[in-house]
Amino acid sequence: MTRFQDLREMGYLYAQQFKTTFATMVQYRASLFIWMISQVLEPLVYLIVWSTVSNGSGGSVGGYTARGFAAYYLVLMLVNQVTYTWIMFEYEYRVRQGFLSFALLKPVHPIHSDISDNLSSKLITLPILMVIAGGLALIFHPTASLVLWAILAFLPALALAFLVRFLLEWTLALAAFWTTRVSAINQVYFLLMLFLAGQIAPLTLFPRWIQVVADFLPFRWMLGFPVELLLGRLTPLQALEGLGAQLIWVMISLLLVRLIWRAGVRVYSAVGA
Amino acid sequence: MTEPAIHLHELCKTYRVPEREPGMGSAVRSLFHRRMQEVPAVNDLTFDLAPGEMVGFLGPNGAGKTTTLKMLSGLLQPTAGECRVLGAVPSRRERAFLRRITLVMGQRNQLVWDIPAADSFELNRVIYRIPSADFRRTLDELTGLLDLGPLLKKPVRNLSLGERMKCEIAAALLHRPQVVFLDEPTIGLDVTMQRRIRAFIAEYNHRLGATILLTSHYMADVEALCKRVIVIHHGRLLFDGNLSDLLQQFTAHKTIIVQLEDCQADLHAYGEVIDCEDGRTTLRVPKASTAHVTERLLADLPVIDLLVEDPPIEEVIDRVFTQEAV
Repeated sequence: MTRFQDLREMGYLYAQQFKTTFATMVQYRASLFIWMISQVLEPLVYLIVWSTVSNGSGGSVGGYTARGFAAYYLVLMLVNQVTYTWIMFEYEYRVRQGFLSFALLKPVHPIHSDISDNLSSKLITLPILMVIAGGLALIFHPTASLVLWAILAFLPALALAFLVRFLLEWTLALAAFWTTRVSAINQVYFLLMLFLAGQIAPLTLFPRWIQVVADFLPFRWMLGFPVELLLGRLTPLQALEGLGAQLIWVMISLLLVRLIWRAGVRVYSAVGA
Repeated sequence: MTEPAIHLHELCKTYRVPEREPGMGSAVRSLFHRRMQEVPAVNDLTFDLAPGEMVGFLGPNGAGKTTTLKMLSGLLQPTAGECRVLGAVPSRRERAFLRRITLVMGQRNQLVWDIPAADSFELNRVIYRIPSADFRRTLDELTGLLDLGPLLKKPVRNLSLGERMKCEIAAALLHRPQVVFLDEPTIGLDVTMQRRIRAFIAEYNHRLGATILLTSHYMADVEALCKRVIVIHHGRLLFDGNLSDLLQQFTAHKTIIVQLEDCQADLHAYGEVIDCEDGRTTLRVPKASTAHVTERLLADLPVIDLLVEDPPIEEVIDRVFTQEAV
């Protein structure tokens, strides 16, 4: 089979998995809605807190006005929506319930259906979230200095952020092969995300050394970077460096996926599937 | 002789499980030092299946049947020994290999719960890269054989257990696997549905010449489908041969049911009396002396009717397992 045919077959697979997930998702409109509320609430809380702080300390904190924070968190909400995964919870369930066995019987790497599954559900949730973000924009009046090159650079940055986050969280999810207490690992991960990805505050508000640390870790490149980029807070050089860092992390995480998946399957097939 | 479709040679699987006494103290201790216990699940299993053969794989719960099937389908790595399926080493899980086999687990479902089976079938079509024409032909065939027509468009969660099982089986066979592992395919189903699925398995084996290894707790399945059976217990091979030979070998007794004119007669002298009711007496006699006892009964007593029966097959199998345990 040629490479081209391979690619085409993979396209079919993605399309079909996409349809399957879509059909499943629409059956769960209520739970989808509740899930989305939590996606909105968290950034909304930070937005309100930081706006208040900013207004209280002479109109600006670390270069962000209340309206600047509004822009930051509304964009963060959307970028987070595009890049988030729920694969860690999913995997624990799959391994514990033995569903993974079905995936292992299939002549295709299971990550493909997971990616397609993830994208498909976003197709439903993203438009709704954009409407919500629009509504919130009317209340909080966000301002940002939009520039064309940054908007254009934002698109690959967003795609790369999705890839890095997906691949790393997929790798992390494989911890389920080794331990039954995955939630402890997840908690540590979420905590690192909270501080180093720019969730609790834009990274520029942190001490310099934390920013340096964040640059060498993947978290910023999964969420904070595309947000800062779109809002015109980065120089062209910083943008290029960021895209480079993202590319490096894509490669590192692809390698991790490969290695850890193999090792995990070896463990899984040793202890009993 | 052609190469066997399935080949096991001294195949072993030992699980290492953490061992812990109950109680807080040992719970704390196990945090620091985990004692592992080796539990042999499959021990030195050697057998071959020729292409096209359909074989019953029997054993009580925990005998190692599912472990063996999982090793053969590449889900489990053997601890020692080797196995080959269609010439491939299953644990390598090569794509070409996975496209030629299937494993149906009666107690687990692969179909997506919330969507119609037809959608899951489509997903399998792309996963297995089944050409559209082949897919349609196979699907039509399966739909006819399993009577799936009205089921395909309903969400799987709205199907009954039997209907769902039929769809599961169809989903597992869409890629026309040459080797089929069936683990309890009829579990929990009513007799009619069992018979239906049984007939289908026979038909599939016949039409495609597929090699089938089947486990079931329902001896009727095995009796109807398999000439040859492989019996394992505690992971070891106990018997490999014709079902009729197995029954022959492990049937030590026969049952004689005699109907007499005189209801009062005491038949203890002829054999073990199991049941006595309205002049009908059921006797259990050693197989070797069946002819002799029958002869004596007919000569000595006013017999109206006499029936010699083999014990039910379940009973025989039960004997096979308990005997080994002693």
